[in-house]
Amino acid sequence: MELFVAQIITGLANASSLFLVACGLSLIFGVTRIVNFAHGSLYMLGAYIGYSLMQVLPGAFGFWGAILLAGIAVGLVGVLVEMLVLRPVYRAPELFQLVATFGVILVVQDLALIIWGPEDLLGPRAPGLRGVYRIMGEPIPKYDIVLLLITPFIALALWYLIARTRLGVLVRAATQDREMVGALGVNQAWLFTGVFALGSALAGLGGALQLPKGGADLLMDFNILAPVFVVVVIGGMGSLPGAYLAAIIISVLNVFGVTYLPQSTLVLMFVVMIVVLMIRPYGLFGREEVAGEHGQVGEPELPIKPASPNVRMIVAAGLIILALLPLYGSSFSQVLATDILIFCLFAASLHFLLGLGGLVSFGHAAYYGGGAYVAALLVTHADSPMELAFLLAPLGAGLAALAIGWVCLRLTGVYFAMLTLAFAQLLWSLVFQWGDVTGGDDGLVNLWPADWLNDTTVYFYFTLLFAVGGILMLRHVAHSPFGYALRAARDSQRQAESTGIDTRRVQLLAFGFAGLMGGLAGALFVFSKGSVFPNELEIARSFDALIVVFLGGVKTLAGGVVGGAFFKGVEDILTRFEYWRLVMGFLIIFVVILAPEGIAGSMRKLVRRLQSSKTGGSQ
Amino acid sequence: MTVVLETKGLTKSFGGLVAVDDVSFQLHKGELLALIGPNGAGKSTCFNMLMGQLKPTAGEVFLQGENVTGLTPRRIWRKGVGRTFQITSTYASMTVIENVQMALLSHNGEVFRFLSFAHKRYREEAMALLDMVGMAEQAERHCAVLAYGDLKRMELAIALAHDPALLLMDEPTAGMAPKERVALMQLTSDIVADRGVSVLFTEHDMDVVFSHAHRIMVLNRGALIAEGTAADIRNSELVQEVYLGGGTLFSAEEDAHA
Repeated sequence: MELFVAQIITGLANASSLFLVACGLSLIFGVTRIVNFAHGSLYMLGAYIGYSLMQVLPGAFGFWGAILLAGIAVGLVGVLVEMLVLRPVYRAPELFQLVATFGVILVVQDLALIIWGPEDLLGPRAPGLRGVYRIMGEPIPKYDIVLLLITPFIALALWYLIARTRLGVLVRAATQDREMVGALGVNQAWLFTGVFALGSALAGLGGALQLPKGGADLLMDFNILAPVFVVVVIGGMGSLPGAYLAAIIISVLNVFGVTYLPQSTLVLMFVVMIVVLMIRPYGLFGREEVAGEHGQVGEPELPIKPASPNVRMIVAAGLIILALLPLYGSSFSQVLATDILIFCLFAASLHFLLGLGGLVSFGHAAYYGGGAYVAALLVTHADSPMELAFLLAPLGAGLAALAIGWVCLRLTGVYFAMLTLAFAQLLWSLVFQWGDVTGGDDGLVNLWPADWLNDTTVYFYFTLLFAVGGILMLRHVAHSPFGYALRAARDSQRQAESTGIDTRRVQLLAFGFAGLMGGLAGALFVFSKGSVFPNELEIARSFDALIVVFLGGVKTLAGGVVGGAFFKGVEDILTRFEYWRLVMGFLIIFVVILAPEGIAGSMRKLVRRLQSSKTGGSQ
Repeated sequence: MTVVLETKGLTKSFGGLVAVDDVSFQLHKGELLALIGPNGAGKSTCFNMLMGQLKPTAGEVFLQGENVTGLTPRRIWRKGVGRTFQITSTYASMTVIENVQMALLSHNGEVFRFLSFAHKRYREEAMALLDMVGMAEQAERHCAVLAYGDLKRMELAIALAHDPALLLMDEPTAGMAPKERVALMQLTSDIVADRGVSVLFTEHDMDVVFSHAHRIMVLNRGALIAEGTAADIRNSELVQEVYLGGGTLFSAEEDAHA
């Protein structure tokens, strides 16, 4: 009983930071409709800035002042990010902005590394709150009690701001219908900036507040991201009371999980999220998203056509040059080409879902890593020959995709995306924590291809065959009746349903097919490296694919492949430098701003413009 | 005369509000039947029940004698019902002809084919349909750039793709210029005459209703209050009262002045 109470108190104290970060994210999403992936980075900045300030400012006043100032400073960073990075891309296609925020993550990561160095910083204890209180005999850190007491006040202040002030009225109105707010003469640009600043400040505050408990390190950004998304989704996007309640649920659950089921802490959170979304598809306090409410921004997508003979010739020539690589390239270049090919297939499989189906999967690594692990587990535990494992891996991934898709397709929009992310995280945590079977963090090793394939050049050809084959197959299906039905379901579900197309079945099958292809990429990967680790399933891997697809061009068939080839290539060059993330982040932000239709889309536009100027602009 | 569509006591209530109250009617083969009524009369609710978007609280819908109450829109479409929407609903990323081909692919059960090229399937049939609605020369245009009136005509071609026995048109001329309205309804009534399709449509434009409908039903507060030819409806005092108000307020005022 005593332990029980103590644990609830610890959980409530932990909920404090989580709540602050989550409600910032929720606010930003509600008003601007931007899924701000960089929110974890703002939290991390808050911790670092708070730490630095605490070194200079003395005493209790300095401690609390530093926390407050850290919040304000991060709020200002938020203003910068909003004005410089996000403003230019508000008119870009839906969800494109999240790629920009990913660029911000990379930039912040390296900036923090440059300024504060690679070592973890131990947060200073709060002056005067160093000891513990004894509650029913159990020691509770004094700082926890303080946090526990502060949080409701912050929540109340926020509630007052949102429910009682003019700014709050505007924010709530914009959450419901931002076009109407604009039509009523409210300057949306400043409203967005203001909300982004407030959300960022809350994240910074959250980061600084947890310093005495957790310190500051460079992994904070991604570590907080998953729980924050879970909290926001469980509470309902845009709802503050929801975020508060969900933060408490998750934190308390986590504390209990650590005590009673230490192997399952990571899994637990996602299980709760999945259960909540199954019962309440829009979170505890969320509101149903009306389809098409936010409108399709950007130009409508052009009709697709099979490649013209000219394009086919170019592609064939390119493939021949690639196939001759072993004649003129080093062994290293073959390994690199193998990596790029695998990644292109992975990106193309996501593009199939995202571009043609309009199904934004945030957790596509589940199928890539899933396929890799199916193959690896078969070889490790069942001694299966490599060829068999290689064939079964895509099937396993495809089946997993069917099962996950079956659940996720009940939801739409951001909730759909979040649920796919949750499933991917679920798989990741399973693999990470079920060490006996999966090797946990140590991964599975010694997974070499069969003897006849065990040679860099031969494996390069093997990959070329399957990756190019897979990409061509994905592309062909896009032109088949099924691919058309998938686009029909995306363009107008209403028309499709009332002309006899079972849109959910079409989408589910597309999910399975994309998962199959992702699994194929994963199987190619595992035998090219000879090992697999849980990071093939993690959020960052899913984001890699997302970014590549968006930057390549969602609305162009070649988008996934073009983006995959370009960014894998660039990444390989950049990772040789120390601060490659900084450069990569700026590069991503740059492409987002300059080419909002992606590389392939912008190239196509350029070609068209050249063509029409050649014909004297006769059109 | 063959009855194509029949409803018996069709009722839909949302909580305490009875949106459609005990509506029974028949639609005969080759007939152009209009369903009119003031805003909020229950026309769209009625339509959505016929098409399967809403489940009736009570009552039944028969299609050529077969009970289709509560079936999904997909199933009802398969039974030979085409529909057009009040606000056009089209596949914006496809060309005009591909929009029609999509319906033909579905009709021929080819949605789950992976090998053939979709744009090569049923081109001639699609072209014939587009020709019928006067859209043949625009077949290869991107549907997102079409004028609204052309979109409506394309939607009509889609609705006719599976050679339906019944066509449900929800405010077919909404959002169109007056000249286009007349043209679209003329086209529709020609198709009714040529193909023997039966049409049920709702409409707010009385010119369109009175010049094309064979028969008119008037819905008010969920109940059918009148039914008959254009002349019957025009002369019905009840209908005039519903549309123009009974003038009771004015006459009361006059009484007071007198």
